[in-house]
Amino acid sequence: MVSVCFYFQVHQPIRLRKYSIFEIGKHANYFDDRKNEEIIKKIAGKCYLPANKIILDSINKNNGKFKVSYSMSGVVLEELERFAPEVIDSFKKLVDTGNVEILDETYHHTLSCLHSKDEFKEQIGLHNKKIRQLFNCRPKVFRNTELIYNNEIAKTAEEMGYKAVLAEGADHILQWRSPNFVYRPKGSGSIKLLLKNYRLSDDIAFRFSEKNWKEFPLTAPKFAGWVNKINGNGNVVNLFMDYETFGEHQWEDKGIFEFLKHLPHEILKHPDNDFVTPSEAVKKYKDVAELDYPHYVSWADVERDLSAWTGNHMQQEAMKEIYNLEPYVKLSKNPALLDQWRKLQTSDHFYYMCTKWFNDGDVHKYFNPYDSPYEAFITYMNILSDFRMKAGKLGEIES
Amino acid sequence: MKVLMFGWEFPPLSSGGLGTACYGLTKSLSKKGVEITFVLPSASDINDADFVKFRSANEIKNLKIRKIDSTIRPYMTSENYSGYMSQKSSRIAKIYGSTLFDEVYRYTLAAEKIAEEEDFDIIHCHDWMTFGAGISAKEKKNRPLVLHVHSTEHDRTGGHMVNQYVYDLERKGLHKADKIIAVSNFTKDKIMKHHGVPSEKIAVVHNAVDFPQNCCEEQMHLKGRDRIVLFLGRLTLQKGPDYFVYAAKKILEHEKNVKFIIAGTGDMEPFVIEKAAELGISGKIMFAGFLNPEEVEKAYRTADIYVMPSVSEPFGITALEAMKNKTAAIVSKQSGVSEVINHCLKVDFWDVDELSNQVISVLRYNPLQEALKENGYSESRKFSWDTPAQKCIDVYNQLINKG
Repeated sequence: MVSVCFYFQVHQPIRLRKYSIFEIGKHANYFDDRKNEEIIKKIAGKCYLPANKIILDSINKNNGKFKVSYSMSGVVLEELERFAPEVIDSFKKLVDTGNVEILDETYHHTLSCLHSKDEFKEQIGLHNKKIRQLFNCRPKVFRNTELIYNNEIAKTAEEMGYKAVLAEGADHILQWRSPNFVYRPKGSGSIKLLLKNYRLSDDIAFRFSEKNWKEFPLTAPKFAGWVNKINGNGNVVNLFMDYETFGEHQWEDKGIFEFLKHLPHEILKHPDNDFVTPSEAVKKYKDVAELDYPHYVSWADVERDLSAWTGNHMQQEAMKEIYNLEPYVKLSKNPALLDQWRKLQTSDHFYYMCTKWFNDGDVHKYFNPYDSPYEAFITYMNILSDFRMKAGKLGEIES
Repeated sequence: MKVLMFGWEFPPLSSGGLGTACYGLTKSLSKKGVEITFVLPSASDINDADFVKFRSANEIKNLKIRKIDSTIRPYMTSENYSGYMSQKSSRIAKIYGSTLFDEVYRYTLAAEKIAEEEDFDIIHCHDWMTFGAGISAKEKKNRPLVLHVHSTEHDRTGGHMVNQYVYDLERKGLHKADKIIAVSNFTKDKIMKHHGVPSEKIAVVHNAVDFPQNCCEEQMHLKGRDRIVLFLGRLTLQKGPDYFVYAAKKILEHEKNVKFIIAGTGDMEPFVIEKAAELGISGKIMFAGFLNPEEVEKAYRTADIYVMPSVSEPFGITALEAMKNKTAAIVSKQSGVSEVINHCLKVDFWDVDELSNQVISVLRYNPLQEALKENGYSESRKFSWDTPAQKCIDVYNQLINKG
């Protein structure tokens, strides 16, 4: 018996407007409404809507045997409500089938877990509330921003009542073990751990259109064959990836939607295979061992660490500055201020400042609004200076 | 392989990027076994003894410098040539051409003679003044002609008041050449657009920067508590010193402890000085005049930020030199160097607001300045003249094998 567990990450940051040093103190709009609208509409048309349709069709066609799960950040939901409400409707339809599970994460897709446990829990709470409002369901499984995980995250998730948490199946943690089983986190009670099978996930997310890859072109029967091979030496294959894989990172004309359309049927051809959601996976399979993640692990890059967000001094400084404002913002009890402060925490703002790959002129990540990490830093710091003045009127902030 | 090379400046008698580029390139070519005869204009009022003592020339084996007695100087325009000649005695004035173009013609005739005497496989010319010489050498000896474009008349004039004579000579050369080397894609595009040369005839070879072992550690003694923003280049329309002054005004409205150094001379110098006074910032701007190579290094080291606001910069070696000296660089997007460096800030030359925003940000946010200095330094180390030299050799070989 082998179960396939799909989890798709749906997230877009609320991108910042290029904010000049001369605007500090003017309290102008920090967010680039025009660009955000443009990008959200583009992704809705190229990815969310067509992919949702295919998944809905697959659920209907396969007599309820096809199942998937999503995690949608609060900020992307806000943008969708504002600029592409038809996407929210189509997600509602998916949830209504009963075959789609929604997971919780931090509302603003942040790295708050590194800085403030209180804030981290509040943001998860906000997300939970948003999901309940929109989809009328209560998430039972937690996944953190960029799959950032350690033993502490599992503990916090358990405290908050989650049944399972997702993490990267990193080689240096797993060593000889397989990601295709349910584990339990070290130092927690009964919460379970599901690990991304990064080889199979990345075959779809990163290598699908890669002409130099020896498995190119990847077809649904071929992929199903790889899943079948796990039969007998694994319980659950966790395929975790960005939802934008479909239609944005991998383009429609490369056949990614055809692949998605045929995969459920191909996998179900084998009588011992099925699909599960994360909650079902941890109910169905007993955990096989305890796993120790003493340090933070993420799903980013080959390093699988935090260096994409905290690797250089610009990132560290910017992050330190924004989290230093926590007591002042909270003291203000000003909801608008709090909301802006949290939107400035979105991990993407720091990701854009990464200089790791910039040597090759490789502008980091899809939809990066900046030409260089230095520009990203300038804009962020200018906004932060303005924001500090705003917050300073309410609390006393030492500069 | 033997190359007959025509240039118009070579260190230490040089005042700009062309001399630096010719030096770096010939040094690496000679290391790779290429024999070069470098033909250079040199007026007879420059002492011969000085010429033989050229430190740089002696350092390079395989290099023979042949001078042509001429008053041509790099970056000369026909206007300032007349001014220059009017200062000379009538005896001198009789020897040399009365206009710059007469003088370029004289140089061309002299070059023809040298071509007859020399034995070479290929001709390699640097910029328009030598194009005529290159064409006659090609016609005399029937060897392939490579024209290396470090700047075009459109760059030098910012597209205004293009000198028809220069433009025509440039165009004639570019069409007669067997291959053109452009110092950037930016320049390649200009050549295609303004001279109608097909893309496949132009190879892009980006410049590099030399890493001498003993860079001076010394700084200028003027720093005090102020941070320094540096402009270094000829004070001509092409280099955008006016934008630097406008930005200085704007920056000073927001930042106190900052001073500006303008190093270089040129026809815009009076304008720039007057503009600074008019804006009321003369006390914050220091005019350093023309700096020798040691002083240039010192200036970079003194500065916190180097700004290159060029209106049209075919390459812009100074940006690499600044980075090599661990100075944060801000370069115009209208430059060749911005194609090949990442660890700097880039700005449209006309966008004074954005330039000021960037300068103030670098001054205010320490991690930004540190990142630009450190990453810029590492990046500049990747530029070695061996790369462009090898690309030139590849061009030579293609032409020789084709012929």
